[in-house]
Amino acid sequence: MSTKLRDVSHPDAAAGLRLGRCPKGWRGLVSDLVPIEGSGIAWSELERRLLEMGFVEGACVEVLHEGPIKRDPIAVRVDDITIAVRRADATAIVVLPLGVN
Amino acid sequence: MSSATLSAPGIALVGCPNCGKTALFNALTGHHQKVANYPGVTVERKEGALITPQGKTVRLLDLPGTYSLRGRSPDEAVTRDVVLGRLDGEALPDALICVADATNLRLVLRLILELKAVHRPLILALNMIDIAKRQGCEIDVDRLSSELGIPVVPTVAVRKGGVVSLLEEIDRLAAATLANAPAAVTWREPSSQEIRDAHMEAERILKACAFRPGDERLTARLDRVLLHPVWGISILLAVLFFMFQAVFTWAAPLMDGIKAAFDLLGSQVQATMPEGLLRSLVTDGLIAGVGSVVVFLPQILTLFLFIILLEDFGYMARAAFLMDRLMGGAGLHGRAFIPLLSSFACAIPGIMAARVIENRRDRLATILVAPLMTCSARIPVYTLIISAFVPAHDVAGVLSLQGLVMFALYATGILAALAVAWIMKRLVWRQVAEPFLMELPAYKWPRLKNVALGLWQRAAIFLRRAGTIILAIMIVIWFLSSFPGAPEGALEPAINYSIAGMIGHWIQPVLAPIGFNWQIAVALIPGMAAREVAVGALGTVYALSATGEEVGSALQPILAAQWSLPTALALLAWYIFAPQCASTLAVVKRETNSWRWPAFLFVYMLTLAYAAAYMTFNLATWVLG
Repeated sequence: MSTKLRDVSHPDAAAGLRLGRCPKGWRGLVSDLVPIEGSGIAWSELERRLLEMGFVEGACVEVLHEGPIKRDPIAVRVDDITIAVRRADATAIVVLPLGVN
Repeated sequence: MSSATLSAPGIALVGCPNCGKTALFNALTGHHQKVANYPGVTVERKEGALITPQGKTVRLLDLPGTYSLRGRSPDEAVTRDVVLGRLDGEALPDALICVADATNLRLVLRLILELKAVHRPLILALNMIDIAKRQGCEIDVDRLSSELGIPVVPTVAVRKGGVVSLLEEIDRLAAATLANAPAAVTWREPSSQEIRDAHMEAERILKACAFRPGDERLTARLDRVLLHPVWGISILLAVLFFMFQAVFTWAAPLMDGIKAAFDLLGSQVQATMPEGLLRSLVTDGLIAGVGSVVVFLPQILTLFLFIILLEDFGYMARAAFLMDRLMGGAGLHGRAFIPLLSSFACAIPGIMAARVIENRRDRLATILVAPLMTCSARIPVYTLIISAFVPAHDVAGVLSLQGLVMFALYATGILAALAVAWIMKRLVWRQVAEPFLMELPAYKWPRLKNVALGLWQRAAIFLRRAGTIILAIMIVIWFLSSFPGAPEGALEPAINYSIAGMIGHWIQPVLAPIGFNWQIAVALIPGMAAREVAVGALGTVYALSATGEEVGSALQPILAAQWSLPTALALLAWYIFAPQCASTLAVVKRETNSWRWPAFLFVYMLTLAYAAAYMTFNLATWVLG
């Protein structure tokens, strides 16, 4: 797990802009996966599941759709596949808007 | 299958979900398939045989779809254990065929890299290569093969001749390695860093092979409507409404036909066999008992027709997406939507469908609340009581009062299921929601052959169960309802003198507080076979000699005259919750592999049924003064 982004002075990066808080239509890159509180499974397991579904550092992501209740879950384009994920779990995914790098 | 194939080399099909693996399996094996369960676990085991161009017989095993060998659900654990030769009673496959959707290679490449590390002979089948080409998707197959170091064969599972090159490759593999495949199997769970590295490697290979993903503009356009917060939900509701209409109206003529056939068979046997115990066993026990379950076959098949079509089309994942938050409120997983939906036809296929849920407790919660969904076996009972006691008034000019009562019964079942799930998950297990992580595959047209084969397999599984476990239960209940026989010169119907009658009379004091008379108490015992059998049993208790629907219409005036309204309402409330279905309990035992959960299910549903009937009876008595 890299920590390089939290050192950047950009306000979003300092707070760690999270995929789980991004609105529909948002596009960017996965920059890191960080442990979150309150997931039903251990972090090592959640991290590997997210990785297996393609949420790996450098992957292009775009929030395509939002669920009907509380805009949850979200359908995310990850490179060239579409993955449904709950916002709570997607807060483990730190993202950078396109064009920052 | 002949004994020669027992020693034939075995190949296992592995792949991600939605890669067309089952279609490829069907194309390779045709109708030569055997569907069973793995011993000890309730994961479906599909095996078939194929003959290669060189005349070699090969056993082919279709393994559950997975993204990795880590085995997160019972299904995925079977895939891992078979691939690694760890499953008892299952031989280590001599080779593996990894099936990939040619338009969607990224995730499967990581799986292939994981499979390669197992050191078994491996072939990659690039399936749906026709769709890939049409979508302008490109891949350098030779380069992919050399990068991965394994044979790569393009296939079109749904076209005749689309698997010839794969069969030839199996022959080549057989000649080269199958005879003396290395036995050492190595695998360990990859760390997150290893998964990252595998992704990097997959990315590199995709670039090297000039992979260009397919054009998914059609899927994107459809999703804009089907996943829309308003339109998406409206369409989902419309689909569900249409599905229920179909289940209840399309299936009706077929059900009448099956019923008539069993009635005819029963009366034929009645006419030809000499009167006695054996005749009673055959007609009342075997034919009537099995008939009462087989009659649901058309409904179950109609329901599965929709489920298979929606699944193949790619819509089921969207339905789970739309429903996840709603289900999550009750502590259920989005994937529980499909099993619970199936349970409206019959809890048995619903409970079986819960296998797709990864987390054990999510799965258990789904199984435990599935019988609260109003299954079609409750309908005859509801119809009888409603038509006898609820006046056929219109409410507000358009809605019928009878229809409203029926709707209220359905709604109560659904709300109770959500409440029970919430209590189990949040209060008893205090569990935080399991992640919902699901690929939304590109939409694809369902293929007739695969749908037909899938339906045929559902029918076979259901009939086999009706012929074994359900048959056995029916015989036990027939025995209880027939022994001992009525004494000479008995005035009451024979069932009164039987063990079921004795149990009925014996438990009647317990049921008196909820307004049940002894006739109801006696009818509840054979009603354990299947809920709607209680209608026939009531007919027997009220000494009617008619059968089937005639009982219903003949019973109505009798019940209306003999029961009070509170009693009738209490029985309706009872039927929402009562665990009145031995087959469901048997299936829960099979699916959970222990008697603990069916016992728990029985006790909690019985408690709810008693409480609901008690409250309804007393409230109604009080209101009606």
